[in-house]
Amino acid sequence: MYGNDFTAPDEGSREPAEDRLAEFERLLETEGRVEPRDVMPDGYRKTLIRQIAQHAHSEIIGMQPEGNWISRAPSLRRKAILMAKVQDEAGHGLYLYAAAETLGADRGELLDMLHSGRQKYSSIFNYPTLTWADMGAIGWLVDGAAIVNQVPLCRCSYGPYARAMVRVCKEESFHQRQGFEILHTLSHGTEAQKAMAQDAVDRWWWPSLMMFGPTDDASPNSAQSMAWGIKRFSNDELRQRFVDMTVPQAEVLGLTLPDPDLRWNEERGSYDFGEIDFTELFEVIKGNGPCNKQRLAHRVRAHEDGAWVREAADAYAAKQARRTSEVA
Amino acid sequence: MSDLQAGGGHGAVPVTGVPARGSAEESRRDWPLWEVFVRAKRGLNHVHVGSLHAPDAAMALRNARDLYTRRQEGVSLWVVPAASITASSPDEKDSFFDPAGDKIYRHPTFYDIPEGVEHL
Amino acid sequence: MAVTGPDNSALVGYVLSLGDDSLVAAQRLAEWIAASPQLEEDVAVGNIALDLLGQARSLLTYAGSLEDPPRTEDDLAYFRDERDFRSVHLVERANGDFGVTMARLLFLSSYHYELYARLQRSADETLAAIAAKAVKEVDYHRDHATMWVLRLGDGTELSHARMQAAVDAEWPYVEELFGNEHLDPALVESGVAVDPAELRGPWREYVAGVLAEATLTLPDVPPAVTGGRRGVHDEQMGYLLAEMQHLARSHPGATW
Ligand SMILES: [Fe+2]
Ligand SMILES: [Fe+2]
Repeated sequence: MYGNDFTAPDEGSREPAEDRLAEFERLLETEGRVEPRDVMPDGYRKTLIRQIAQHAHSEIIGMQPEGNWISRAPSLRRKAILMAKVQDEAGHGLYLYAAAETLGADRGELLDMLHSGRQKYSSIFNYPTLTWADMGAIGWLVDGAAIVNQVPLCRCSYGPYARAMVRVCKEESFHQRQGFEILHTLSHGTEAQKAMAQDAVDRWWWPSLMMFGPTDDASPNSAQSMAWGIKRFSNDELRQRFVDMTVPQAEVLGLTLPDPDLRWNEERGSYDFGEIDFTELFEVIKGNGPCNKQRLAHRVRAHEDGAWVREAADAYAAKQARRTSEVA
Repeated sequence: MSDLQAGGGHGAVPVTGVPARGSAEESRRDWPLWEVFVRAKRGLNHVHVGSLHAPDAAMALRNARDLYTRRQEGVSLWVVPAASITASSPDEKDSFFDPAGDKIYRHPTFYDIPEGVEHL
Repeated sequence: MAVTGPDNSALVGYVLSLGDDSLVAAQRLAEWIAASPQLEEDVAVGNIALDLLGQARSLLTYAGSLEDPPRTEDDLAYFRDERDFRSVHLVERANGDFGVTMARLLFLSSYHYELYARLQRSADETLAAIAAKAVKEVDYHRDHATMWVLRLGDGTELSHARMQAAVDAEWPYVEELFGNEHLDPALVESGVAVDPAELRGPWREYVAGVLAEATLTLPDVPPAVTGGRRGVHDEQMGYLLAEMQHLARSHPGATW
């Protein structure tokens, strides 16, 4: 994202000397912002590359479950909105890959890591979109949860990541609203539409809660990310924030959330909710989710089928460069 | 099971057991990187907004239009090959920028103006 | 001046033919979102599909408003049968590789450009306004397609072969764009419609220039037998419509 303002790849994985690391600590403390060419611990760099890359992978794989309904959107207005939204997600992926590249990675290399399964993407996109109402549930719940995750990242200590997130968050709010609007229209429509909306919410609610990751006691690495100013809130804090935000919205929709233990806790000033069964999440992460293979295969196919096009553009650029230098 | 963090935006992703880098040799490098600058409206400077990949300048300009001005964010665009940018180094930060620190007489607030003097 | 009177059917038919081309082209183009050769291209193709869809919506809305009783854009898009669609075969056939899509886009957008450049002076104010907006959009589409045809044609040996094959395969479907048998001559005479036959010359000049620069050969093949303007479509059109319409038709009367 910042041209030559990023670390040369060969500098990438050397741990800087002790006194220089002190400089990094000082920077975090005084400025709170780290920029590409600043000294940084190897762990900080690697954590960021991994996180930003996997975030980018999630954005582009996330185009598929919704892309699945563009051709079938039930009105032309909805078709246009959905197309614009899916297209935005491609944009988010691009902003994020660019941020990762400021740390010395190359996008081609990161995409290879996605395609070979060495890096992951969010498991939420390994669930199928079965009905039109899923477009509503994804916008409302999945983009909603993503916003809760992403807003604190706008203040992340790594400048390029934070700036990419500012851009992304601005665009996300339309995503969540259009999802809410879809569900609102369905839940106030025919009986069949209302049932469709309820079914979608029933299927997407628990996976959305799992988007925040396992409970805090099962996340030993949080502390380091927090100390580095990459992460600002714990998995559980973010999840609670999402639940508190979402329950009143469900009431407006006239839809129920599939959790008998969900109730307001006066003392905490928050909603209590039932225990999350994480075995499913771990199964999906292992690759046993309903759509893991399909999503990755689709992505790999697009990339491989497009190789001749990308190579042609490279070849043309090289020819053009030769032609202009001959003329000069 | 490896640790999972919600930090990755669209949901929990593993943070342990996942490599940060592949091998640069085994991957075909992507198209060259371009930096994008947008003039939001007349009267303003072009401001850096981000970057993208494109095979050449003509495509870079068009990709920039599609990626960074979808919501009427601009009236003019620049694209620059990322490799053409020469940046100051943070190591030179002290010698580059600190000497300006004590030249407070360059700022109008340095001067005392007698009361009642206007338009100065 | 709007052509009004007891029978609007000639004008409705004309507007539908324009709207259906854009709608069906958008539907096909959107299949590339999340499947294109490069992420930047996903965004670019998405923009073009959105432009075409926007044009289709304006045109269908206008066509529907001329009818008695009036119909909405969605009535027309979702509740007409295949035989009632007026789109050309160029846009409705199943997608091939990216080269095929760029060949089609070059042919369609070059036609659109000549068409809307003239139609913005239509005697029908609504059509003129739609065209004035559309001409800027299709100018960009044409530019995008040109960029790619140049790069694929004059790129690698493989891309050159594939691009030439794509141009050859799509060429027979070009002539249908310039057919005017479906058009009431009165619409052209009154300055409401543009005679498509008039666009052939400038279209050919532009496209031939691009193909030459792209080191591609202008195909010399006879036009395909088509009948899109009469509602006689390619077999793949039925599947496109089945996919597009099934949800709306499963819930008649519902709002979305
Ligand atoms: Fe996103
Ligand atoms: Fe989103």
